[in-house]
Amino acid sequence: MALKRPKADAVIIGLGWAGSLMANELTMAGLNVVAIERGGWRDTSTDFPTSMDTDELRYATRRELLQPLSVETMSFRNNPGQQARPLRDFNTYQFGWGAGGAGSHWNGMTWRFLPNDFQTYSNTVAKYGKGRFVTGLTVQDWGVTYDDLEPFYDKFERYAGTSGKAGNIKGVIQPGGNVFEGARQRDYPLPPLERTRAAELFDIGAKELGLHSFPVPAGNTSGAYVNPLGIHMAPCTYCGYCEFFGCGNWSKSSPNACILPALIQRPNFTVITESEVMKVNLTPDKKMATGVTYIDKQGREWEQPADIVVISAYQMDNVRLMLLSGIGKPYDRASLTGVVGRNYANQTVSGAGVFFENENLNPFIGAGALAQSADDYNSDNFDHAKLDFIGGANMLIHSTNGRPIGSANVVPPGTPRWGSEWKKTYKDSYQVGNSIYNQGNSYPHEDVFLDLDPTYTDRFGRPLLRVTFDWNENDKRSGHFMADRAVEFGHAMNAKMVFRNEPTAKHFSPMDNLSSHTTGGAIMGDDPMTSAVNRYLQSWDVPNTFVCGASAFANNGGYNPTGTVGALTLWAAEAIKTKYLKSPGALVSL
Amino acid sequence: MFTFRRIVVAVVCLGFLGVIGAGALYAFNRAYYSSQIAETAAPAPTAGQIARGHYLALAGDCIACHTAPGGQPYAGGLQLNTGFGLVAASNITPDKDTGIGGWTTKQFILAMHRGIGDHGKRLYPAMPYTAYAKVSDADLTDIKAYLDTLPAVHHDVIANQMPFPFNIRLMMVGWNMLFFDLGGQQYKNDPTQTAEWNRGAYLVQGLEHCSTCHTTKNLLGADESGKFLQGTDLAGWWAPDLTSNKRIGLGSWSEDDIVDFLKTGANDRMVAAGPMAEAVHNSTQHLTVPDLHAMAVYLKSLPASDDSAPSPVPANIPAMVAGRAIYAENCAACHALNGTGVPGMAPAFVHSPSVQAQNPENMIRTILAGGHVAATEINPTAASMPPFDWKFTDAQLAAVTTYLRNSFGNAAPAVTADEVAAKRKEIGARATN
Repeated sequence: MALKRPKADAVIIGLGWAGSLMANELTMAGLNVVAIERGGWRDTSTDFPTSMDTDELRYATRRELLQPLSVETMSFRNNPGQQARPLRDFNTYQFGWGAGGAGSHWNGMTWRFLPNDFQTYSNTVAKYGKGRFVTGLTVQDWGVTYDDLEPFYDKFERYAGTSGKAGNIKGVIQPGGNVFEGARQRDYPLPPLERTRAAELFDIGAKELGLHSFPVPAGNTSGAYVNPLGIHMAPCTYCGYCEFFGCGNWSKSSPNACILPALIQRPNFTVITESEVMKVNLTPDKKMATGVTYIDKQGREWEQPADIVVISAYQMDNVRLMLLSGIGKPYDRASLTGVVGRNYANQTVSGAGVFFENENLNPFIGAGALAQSADDYNSDNFDHAKLDFIGGANMLIHSTNGRPIGSANVVPPGTPRWGSEWKKTYKDSYQVGNSIYNQGNSYPHEDVFLDLDPTYTDRFGRPLLRVTFDWNENDKRSGHFMADRAVEFGHAMNAKMVFRNEPTAKHFSPMDNLSSHTTGGAIMGDDPMTSAVNRYLQSWDVPNTFVCGASAFANNGGYNPTGTVGALTLWAAEAIKTKYLKSPGALVSL
Repeated sequence: MFTFRRIVVAVVCLGFLGVIGAGALYAFNRAYYSSQIAETAAPAPTAGQIARGHYLALAGDCIACHTAPGGQPYAGGLQLNTGFGLVAASNITPDKDTGIGGWTTKQFILAMHRGIGDHGKRLYPAMPYTAYAKVSDADLTDIKAYLDTLPAVHHDVIANQMPFPFNIRLMMVGWNMLFFDLGGQQYKNDPTQTAEWNRGAYLVQGLEHCSTCHTTKNLLGADESGKFLQGTDLAGWWAPDLTSNKRIGLGSWSEDDIVDFLKTGANDRMVAAGPMAEAVHNSTQHLTVPDLHAMAVYLKSLPASDDSAPSPVPANIPAMVAGRAIYAENCAACHALNGTGVPGMAPAFVHSPSVQAQNPENMIRTILAGGHVAATEINPTAASMPPFDWKFTDAQLAAVTTYLRNSFGNAAPAVTADEVAAKRKEIGARATN
C-alpha cells in the first residue's frame, strides 16, 4: 500500500528545461504544482561554485553531473534482426540528472528550427514529389508551424538570455544574422558573443564559397542580463567549461540559473528530489490519469494524485514512461502500427578536421555555443532538384574549449595515440586544429524505433528501453553530400590539412559520440494513427497527460534541440492555461 | 573584562533600585499597569485596517524575531543573544494561553510604546520598544488587528533566559529612566521638513527600527547618543554607517540606489547579505516605493559622521602585490578586473563604502564563508559568494582584503592575518586545505 500525498493540480515528472518551464507557467497561473525529480536539487551558487576546480576528468570524462549508469541503462541494436545489448557506457547519449536536467550541463546552442523543419512532408511533396522520400522514410508534418511557435521561441530566448544576431526580423533580412531563419518579431535579448580567430577563418571560407556566415545563437551571456522573472545573469567569462559542467558564473542559460530561483520561492510549488516515478496511474478504463506512483530515496512507494500529469523527462524516458504506463499504443515494426516509440531520430553528422599553419586559435578562450556558422546547406535552404535526398546540415566551427584531455584528440588522423610523437603533434595542433562540424537533419524511418526490451530490466525490475537505430539511405546520401561540403569549406579557409569525416559511411555506433540530440518516439501530429500527442503535446489517449520534450519532434532539425523543446513546452503551457483549464478534455477533436 | 564591567555597572543600578525600594516599585508598577490598560469598547477592525496592519507588521519585521527557525510564523522562540544573556522572542499569535490572544489593544500599545508586557512585566529592549515608541496608536491598533487574524499557535516560550542579575526584569524600570523617557515618545512631525521626509523619519526611527542594528550601544545596551545610525558591530557583522558620509556611509548613494537596495536586495553597486539580507527579504522588499523613497530622503538628510580618510596603503608593499594577484585569479571573473562587479549580483568595489568600512569584518567573513544575496520577489536570483576558507590562508585573505581596501579609489587600514584568524575561529569557518 503506497503512501499518499495530498492531491496536486499538476504533477511534473522531471525538472529539466521542459519541466521547469511548465512548472513556472503553471505556478504563475496559480496552480498547485508538484515536480518529481530523479536526481538531487541543484542550486547554481551552491552546487557549481566558481571557487571549485573545473575538473575535466571528473565532469567531462567521467560525467559526474549526468545520469549514472548505476541507475539505469538502455539496450541498443542497429536493426530489428539483432539482439540488443545493454550499454555499459552512455557515450553519445547524455541524459540529465538532478534539478535542471540536461539543461544544467549542455553547451547552450539555442536554435529555432527552420519553418521547413515543421512541414517537411508537405513541402517536399509539393516541391520534389513523393518519390523523393527513400523507401521506409516516415516523414510527416508536426501539426504546428514555425509561425505558431514564434512567440514561444521569443519567450524562451527572453527567459534564457540568448546571445545572437537576428537574420530576419518581421520578414526584413538582417545581414550578419542567419538570413535563412524564419521571421522573428525582434532580435535576441543579448548581442552575439565576442569573436574568436576561428570565427574569422570561418568567415574567410564562407566568403570564398559565397555562403552566409553568422554567429550561432548562444545560451552563454554576452553581457549582464535580467530575465522576465527578475533573475540576473552575469557576463560569460569564456572559460570554456560549459558542456558537462554547471555554470556557477550565472552565464549559461539553464533552468538552474533562469527559472528555478523564481520557481522555488513560490508557495504553490513543491519539488520532490531523489525520487523516481514508476508510472503514470490511469483510471480502470485507461482514459484519464489519476497521478503518478514514485519511489522516494528511502525506497518507500508513494502516490502523488494530480488532475494534470506532465511527462517532461529526457526524450528517451518520456517514451519509456508512456510505454510502462500504458499510455498510447506502442509502435509495432511488423505491422507498422502504433505510435509510441515511432519516429525516433538521431542526427546526420559529418564534417572535416582542419589544421592551419601559423595560427594561434587560442582554444582556451571558449564558450559552449561560441561558434560561427552557415546555414546554406541546411534543411531545404538549397535546391535539392538535382539531388537524391532531402535535408542537409548546419555547418559550424566551434570555439568551445581548449580542455587538455579532450583536446588531446584534436590531432591529424594517423598520429600515434601516445608517446613523444603524439606529444609533439598535440603541442603543434593545439593552436591550429579545429573542425567543420555538420549537424544534419535526421528523418524518421520505419526500421528505427524505441520499445521496451524483452530481456533486460532496471533496478526495479522494469524493462529497459531498447533503441533500434542505423543510418537510413537518406542519411547516407545527405551525410556524403555534406562531408564533401565540409572538405570544400576547409580548403576555402586555407587550411593546410583537411580530413574528410563521413560517419554515415559505416554503421551507427553509440560509442562514437557524434551527437547527443536524440528526438521523437512520442511525436506530435494531427493524426492519432501516426502521432502519440496532438499539436498541444496532449496525449490522444489520456487527455490530462501532456508529454513535453524532444520526444515530440516528428523529425530532427540540423540544430541542437533545446530552443525547440523550450518553445514547444511554452506553447503547450499556454494551451493548458488558456484552453485546457477552462474546459478540461481533448484540445483537438477529430 | 568587558562582561565584568557590565556586571559592575548593573550592580550599581541594582543598588540604585534598592534605594528606591523594590517593594514599593513593584506595587507602583502593578497599579500603573492597571490604570493604563483599561479598555473602552472598540469597533471590530475593518478589512482595510487588517491589510494596513499586515503591511505595518512587515515594515516592523516582527516575523524575524518572533519566529523560531523552522517554527510557525509569529509563534516565537527565536533566541536572541543580547550580550547580557539570551532572550527568546515571545509568541505573538492570538493563542490565549501562550500568545497575545487575551491582550487588549491598549495592552499591546503599552508593550510596544513602553516595553511593559503582561501584568506590568518589563520587557527587555531586545524588543525594540525604544523605536516602536515612535509608532502612532493608530498604526499599532492596525498591527494588533492583523495579528489577531493569524492562526493561534499554542507555543509556550520561556522568554527570560538571562543570568543573574540581568534576569530581574524590574531592573528595566531603572534602564528606562536612564535611557528611555517615559511617555511622550511618539513621533512628532518636524514642520520644517517635507511630508516625505517626515514619513521617512517615522519609518526609519519607528517600525523599521534601523538603529537597533546600525547604532552603537553603550555598556548597558542602549543607543549611544550622537552616534545615531553611524554603524556598529552586530554579533560579528558590521552594520554599516547610514549617514551621508561619502566614504563609508550612504553619501555616495542616490535616493534611487537606496530604494533599489531595499526593494530588490541589490542595486548597481551593492548587494544585501547576512542579517541585512534577512531584513530585506522579510521586511523592506514589501514596502511601497513611495515609503522606501521617503526613508531614502530621510537617510540622505542625516549629517555625515565624523571621518577622515587615511592615506591608502602603498601599492608596492608585499601584501598589496599578493592581494592583486589573488584578486585577478579568484575574484575578477565576477567582480571584474576593474572592480565594477555585476549589477544586482556581484558588488562593485569602486569607491565602496562597505569595502572601506571602519571594521572589515563583513569582507573577511564573506570571503571565508561566502554569503547569500537576499532573494526578493523582484530579484529572486539569490546569487552567492562562494566560500574561500578552504582555499586562502589567513595571510592570503588578509592580503586580498587589504588590496581591495586600498584599490579602485578606496583607502582603509590594512587587514592583518591575525584578524582573519580570529574571524575564522569566531564563525567556525574551515581551515585551509
